[in-house]
Amino acid sequence: MKRLGLTGTNLVTAVPYLWLLLFFLVPFVIVLKISFSDAQISMPPYQPLIHWVSEKALQIQLNFGNFAFLVEDNLYWRAYLNSIFVAGVSTVLCLLIGYPIAYSIARSSPSTRNILMLMVVLPFWTSFLLRVYAWIGILKNNGLLNNLLMWLGIIHEPIHMLQTDFAVYVGIVYSYLPFMILPLYANLEKMDLTLLEAASDLGCRPWQAFMKITVPLSVPGIIAGCLLVFIPAVGEFVIPSLLGDPGMLMIGKVLWTEFFNNRDWPVASAVAIALLMFLVIPIMYYQRAQDAEAGGGLHR
Amino acid sequence: MMQGRSWFRLFALIVGFAFLYIPIGSLIVYSFNESKLVTVWAGFSTKWYGELLHNDQILGAAWLSLKVAASSATLAVVLGTLAGLVLSRFGPFRGRTLLSGLTTAPLVMPEVITGLSLLLLFVTMEQLIGWPAGRGMTTIVISHITFTMAFVTVIVQSRLSQMDDSLEEAAMDLGARPSRVFFLITLPIIFPALLSGWLLAFTLSLDDLVITSFVAGPGSTTLPMVIFSKVRLGVSPDINALATILVGVVTIGVAIAGFTMTRQQKIRDRDSQMALAANQQMIESLKKG
Repeated sequence: MKRLGLTGTNLVTAVPYLWLLLFFLVPFVIVLKISFSDAQISMPPYQPLIHWVSEKALQIQLNFGNFAFLVEDNLYWRAYLNSIFVAGVSTVLCLLIGYPIAYSIARSSPSTRNILMLMVVLPFWTSFLLRVYAWIGILKNNGLLNNLLMWLGIIHEPIHMLQTDFAVYVGIVYSYLPFMILPLYANLEKMDLTLLEAASDLGCRPWQAFMKITVPLSVPGIIAGCLLVFIPAVGEFVIPSLLGDPGMLMIGKVLWTEFFNNRDWPVASAVAIALLMFLVIPIMYYQRAQDAEAGGGLHR
Repeated sequence: MMQGRSWFRLFALIVGFAFLYIPIGSLIVYSFNESKLVTVWAGFSTKWYGELLHNDQILGAAWLSLKVAASSATLAVVLGTLAGLVLSRFGPFRGRTLLSGLTTAPLVMPEVITGLSLLLLFVTMEQLIGWPAGRGMTTIVISHITFTMAFVTVIVQSRLSQMDDSLEEAAMDLGARPSRVFFLITLPIIFPALLSGWLLAFTLSLDDLVITSFVAGPGSTTLPMVIFSKVRLGVSPDINALATILVGVVTIGVAIAGFTMTRQQKIRDRDSQMALAANQQMIESLKKG
């Protein structure tokens, strides 16, 4: 495609580029700016950073108070650590549940594979909010699961499951499972099966072959899947607010409360910046992995 | 030995799919429940569907959501296709890494961060240039384009990297201008990918709660915002009815799209194979001549 006219190429590149710069990158700069400003009661509820002191002198007022506030108040620390912990555990659970499913689909016959993958993706197409809502009906005290367990005689009193951490784990694993299965499947499907035959010819047991060949070869898929689950789960808001205990500390909820309930935009911005600082490394790592996967175009 | 493993695979699939589908199934079943207590079965009834049709708040929000989803999906496909084309066909150029980062980061970025940052952008822009005046449908559409175009870009990019570019090269060798090559060759071949990109962008937009809550104005309440405020108060059967309708529409849409795409794909594969065969023949005859 080298013969594409220079102006045409530039135009085609410029349009999505400028869009993303303006609506994705610039906003972060503004969040950073506002995280250094003071809250005030007005619209918008923050003070400008730059003042004209006299005709010629500009004064820039940086206020690190919001970040100091985050560090001092251990609510924020606990929210960050708890979010990372919850996201981490959910990621591991997703991997443990998703791997056997992805593996089983990848080893089915080619015609069933497509149907099964369509079935994995289909829930992803239906409303995320409503799928989380479905779990309220299942987990609540007089919900489906408690009714079933009592009917089976396993329990006699309903177990309190809704508004617990357990419900949040179920919600996250359920909602993000397709994100784990997709990259794992893409990886396992491409695997060269003759390697397993060779291992078996050389006397390797199936389980050994699985652990020594299949799992190591699928590491790129495991990493992609884990990042796709972990990064958004850290900032998850909907699942903890619908299924979790009202007092459960998750950083997405804290940000939401600071913004909508306390109307403290500078602190909300500082929370977002601190979260972003933590996530920037996994995001860049994911981006590089993604680009290496899709980067066929770079070699031409 | 193999027997044992295939039992394991069957077990994993059954348990996995049960986990994925039982919640959706329970939503559908209890939408036909007579009782207001969602989990106590009191006989078959479609009255919640009737109530849904008379709920102006839900209908208004649904109409707004559909308008937002259709317009943002369409623009996201245009921008996402351009980005996918640039990333997979234009080779290395200065700033490519940044563009590729900007197209993949929205895929994983927590929505609270994206929503907050877009809102602050809109507020700042309004202060500086007076546009967008207030927040409403325009700001929602812009935000949805931004986060859904990332998904379109990924789909288009992977389709383009799988595609055999000898057809494009042949057209260019025969003197077609790049824009003509794109509209006559590339676009028809990647059209199924654009269609699935559009559908994905449409459903993601229709579904988004968090980003929309940040950038929506007082008069613009979308369907997920209404659902969220109702669901926070507990289960209610009309939401089940709504869920059933949405699941039905999506399933039918995906089934139709899947069917047409497989058919189109078969036709395209056959056509391009025939073209390649003809090409081969021509080369053979040229060699002989």
